[in-house]
Amino acid sequence: MVHKANQIALFFASFPREEAIERVADHLRRFWEPRMRRQIIGHVAQGGAGLHELALEAVRRLDAPAPAEQGSGR
Amino acid sequence: MTLIREADLGTPAIKSSVLLTVEVDGKTVMVPEGTSVMRAAALTGVTVPKLCASDNLEPFGSCRLCLVEIEGRRGTPASCTTPVEEGMRVTTQTPDLASLRRGVMELYISDHPLDCLTCPANGDCELQDMAGAVGLREVRYGYDGANHLDAPVDDSNPYFDFDPSKCIVCSRCVRACDEVQGTFALNIMGRGFDSTVSAGGTAFVDSECVSCGACVQACPTSTLIEKSVVEQGQPEHSVVTTCAYCGVGCAFKAEMRGNEVIRMMPFKDGKANHGHSCVKGRFAWGYATHSERILSPMIRERITDPWREVSWEEAIGYAASEFKRLQAQYGRDAVGGITSSRCTNEETFLVQKLVRAGFGNNNVDTCARVCHSPTGYGLSATLGTSAGTQDFDSVEQADVVMVIGANPTDAHPVFASQLKRRLRGGARLIVIDPRRIDLVKMPHVQADYHLPLLPGTNVAVINALAHVVVTEGLVDEPYVAERCEPEAFERWRAFIAEERNSPEAVEGATGVPAADLRAAARLYATGGNAAIYYGLGVTEHSQGSTMVMGMANLAMATGNLGRPGVGVNPLRGQNNVQGSCDMGSFPHEFSGYRHVSNDGVRTMFEEAWDVGLETEPGLRIPNMFDAALDGTFKGMYIQGEDLVQSDPNTKHVTAALAAMECVVVHDLFLNETATYAHVFLPGSSFLEKDGTFTNAERRISRVRKAIPPKAGLADWEATMALSNALGYPMTYEHPSEIMDEIARLTPTFAGVSYEKLDRLGSIQWPCNDAAPEGTPVMHEHGFVRGQGLFMVTEYVPTDERTNDRFPLLLTTGRILTQYNVGAQTRRTPNVVWHGEDLLEIHPWDAENRGINDGDLVVVNSRTGETALRAKVSERMQPGVVYTTFHHPDTSANVVTTEFADWATDCPEYKVTAVQVSRTRQRSAWQTEYAATREATTRIAVPAETQP
Ligand code: SF4
Ligand code: SF4
Ligand code: SF4
Ligand code: FES
Repeated sequence: MVHKANQIALFFASFPREEAIERVADHLRRFWEPRMRRQIIGHVAQGGAGLHELALEAVRRLDAPAPAEQGSGR
Repeated sequence: MTLIREADLGTPAIKSSVLLTVEVDGKTVMVPEGTSVMRAAALTGVTVPKLCASDNLEPFGSCRLCLVEIEGRRGTPASCTTPVEEGMRVTTQTPDLASLRRGVMELYISDHPLDCLTCPANGDCELQDMAGAVGLREVRYGYDGANHLDAPVDDSNPYFDFDPSKCIVCSRCVRACDEVQGTFALNIMGRGFDSTVSAGGTAFVDSECVSCGACVQACPTSTLIEKSVVEQGQPEHSVVTTCAYCGVGCAFKAEMRGNEVIRMMPFKDGKANHGHSCVKGRFAWGYATHSERILSPMIRERITDPWREVSWEEAIGYAASEFKRLQAQYGRDAVGGITSSRCTNEETFLVQKLVRAGFGNNNVDTCARVCHSPTGYGLSATLGTSAGTQDFDSVEQADVVMVIGANPTDAHPVFASQLKRRLRGGARLIVIDPRRIDLVKMPHVQADYHLPLLPGTNVAVINALAHVVVTEGLVDEPYVAERCEPEAFERWRAFIAEERNSPEAVEGATGVPAADLRAAARLYATGGNAAIYYGLGVTEHSQGSTMVMGMANLAMATGNLGRPGVGVNPLRGQNNVQGSCDMGSFPHEFSGYRHVSNDGVRTMFEEAWDVGLETEPGLRIPNMFDAALDGTFKGMYIQGEDLVQSDPNTKHVTAALAAMECVVVHDLFLNETATYAHVFLPGSSFLEKDGTFTNAERRISRVRKAIPPKAGLADWEATMALSNALGYPMTYEHPSEIMDEIARLTPTFAGVSYEKLDRLGSIQWPCNDAAPEGTPVMHEHGFVRGQGLFMVTEYVPTDERTNDRFPLLLTTGRILTQYNVGAQTRRTPNVVWHGEDLLEIHPWDAENRGINDGDLVVVNSRTGETALRAKVSERMQPGVVYTTFHHPDTSANVVTTEFADWATDCPEYKVTAVQVSRTRQRSAWQTEYAATREATTRIAVPAETQP
């Protein structure tokens, strides 16, 4: 997961810093399923070890998705 | 229903703007300059007798049956080799001509067995037809002279026989092999009376022949004939449909007798194949009736239980109740579905609809994840559409062709034939591939440049090509200024011009000589219309999406987009990769590539489907596996896809599947994934259902039902039943209604309907009010996204590195006669050519390890090991080894890693660091897997039939 986020950060690293962070965050919002975003947000809350600096900033900008609802199957 | 026989106008159509007027038997016709008299006659409705001519071959003029009289000319010229002239007056039938033709026929027949009644071609023989047409009544020479009647039959090819006693030496087969297929396997040996057709002096099966069938189709007699016709007789009706193998999407006539397929004949009006085919579509359809097909639904509680055959109702009911239980217990997001690029658009659309509307989440993904997902991402970011830019015919106008990470002669053979024809016609060729693929040098084709890069360095190479374009002043400035975003272009130009992107700077990493790279870049930029064709060698990398953008950058910078002859063209692996992506199979988007968070689009779907839809993206296939191992993902419905054999790091995949509580596999065979399944729903083959496939040129073609579904339900009917059992109603009467729904909800498909497909034959999307008959070439008047967007494509080496323990790079691919996981082709006589996966290794690497050709070797990577036989081959470069993934007992994916494309998670199949050494036995994993497989594929014998 950290590896994945860093790969994304590396691609956008060539953009100006502000734009790069926004693009990484946008990528995570558009393509990462909520439980993955929750995991990486949790990881950052614990210091975000191993994360590329851009990825770290981008994750800080994510809103935590609502927790998974239990037993709501129909 | 009748047997379709396409008209044969005798010689090929000529393109010319100059029209000439001629008169044939009193009827006037206007034809392009260069057209033959024979074709002009045919266009007026007059059929001139012929044997050696056919309108897919250049005229040859050998049989002398097509003689005509032309006013003001002496003699009786052959109409096939005589071009028309303005005002020409032609007579095709006079007593003199009739007598001349009878004479020719007499000669042919005197050396031909008179066994028409028992000949397999009886009813489909041009020699027979011509004997009738010329009124042959006697053969004055008798039948006792020297003849070839005892020549032995060559039945070595598994699909067709060669019976030289029937041969009239018309050379149609030789010319078909040369001109249509481009393999040059046949020749005429000997001269005069002794001349015979020969497959290079050996039996067909041992020759260069690739079994495309073009010669069999071209043969006017029963000399070259399908074994199925010999065994079963002539067909009596045809059903036009589309090949279910590769992304070329060839149109075929399924030629039938009752509910039995006699043969598959390429359809001349097919716009992707123009009457040509390859061995897979033409001959390898026997899997559809293979005895290992499962025809009854089955269930079991645990994967260690034997399978129990049950009714459709019970199987569907069980699956639905399990999915409901799992959602109640673990949450709505605990289940999902996988669509397949082998299934139709309609089936794919239904599966994603079932997931989004029936399961109420977006956990749907498709096997395109593991092949072409970077194409979608990269092309959509730069150009605005997730699809190739051209039609196949565009290659006929290309001056320079750049093939990157693709092996068309094996993987896309019919397109390769068209490409080779253009190359023989003078187009220049650049090949960028670690292997010396056949195209680099083959009869009458030779690449101008082969850049043999190291696997994993694509982006460095494409950047270096662009560097040359930018720094040598080869940018098409007016084009870029008119069509592309200026700010992004300037940013890209500055980046790409940096010295570190120069051919000299990257030579060390890529292994490509800088001088060759510079020359190739100049050729691409200045050689006229330049077209890029690429395959999985581009996408299946950790920088797959970056590379796709890099190619789009290069094409934009040189003005090579937006007209025939140019473009960036993905060669899609499976038949319906394009379609399954178009149909909303990805977890983040609806059909037509619209994000699920787009409120306007989602509301439209919610209203049409009468259900609330999830706004967040769902899980991708690898995320599903991770979530399964985390315990949050418990059930999945897998249609037509073998995850175990095709996804990377097999052990991880099998562990994830084993952790799930309800795996539903919907397939033709008990595939490797079914080892871990709880419900098996028997699938229907492409012969058994109606629908559409979309090929690599965005061409939507009909699949038509030729026989009823063998298991009772077509795949779309089974999906519908499952949805209904889940409580989300689906009530389609026919797949055409599903297409109507797709058209209503998807702007690029707005104008598509079965009625229109029947009328036009096929349609390339976008098809809407602006383009009611479809769009062969994209971006003609500006890019779909508005302005083309240059993206900065920094080269980031993959984390999969070689070292002392794993010093070689393994790359994977496929070969002509087999198809993907091989579930179909392994169940056909194609195994004659490829009975097992082999490891190709350079002689130098082999010698260092004491490996001889044919030795059993073990391949080790950081993830696993597998044993297979070695093939020592100069096609490899030292340091790189290659294998295919067609056979489950080798399972190359045991060794591939989970490294993947940064943007789309497309696995990095093309780069794995490995070590290779000799071994005596199969790997521990192979032995263990064989045992598991045996234990988990037992089918219980129903009680009443037990002794
Ligand atoms: S089957 Fe195809 S490749 Fe083989 S000899 Fe005939 S035309 Fe050539
Ligand atoms: S094998 Fe058929 S096509 Fe070839 S030369 Fe003989 S008759 Fe003609
Ligand atoms: S080229 Fe592809 S679509 Fe055409 S016949 Fe072969 S496998 Fe089928
Ligand atoms: S058809 Fe014209 S010479 Fe054979």
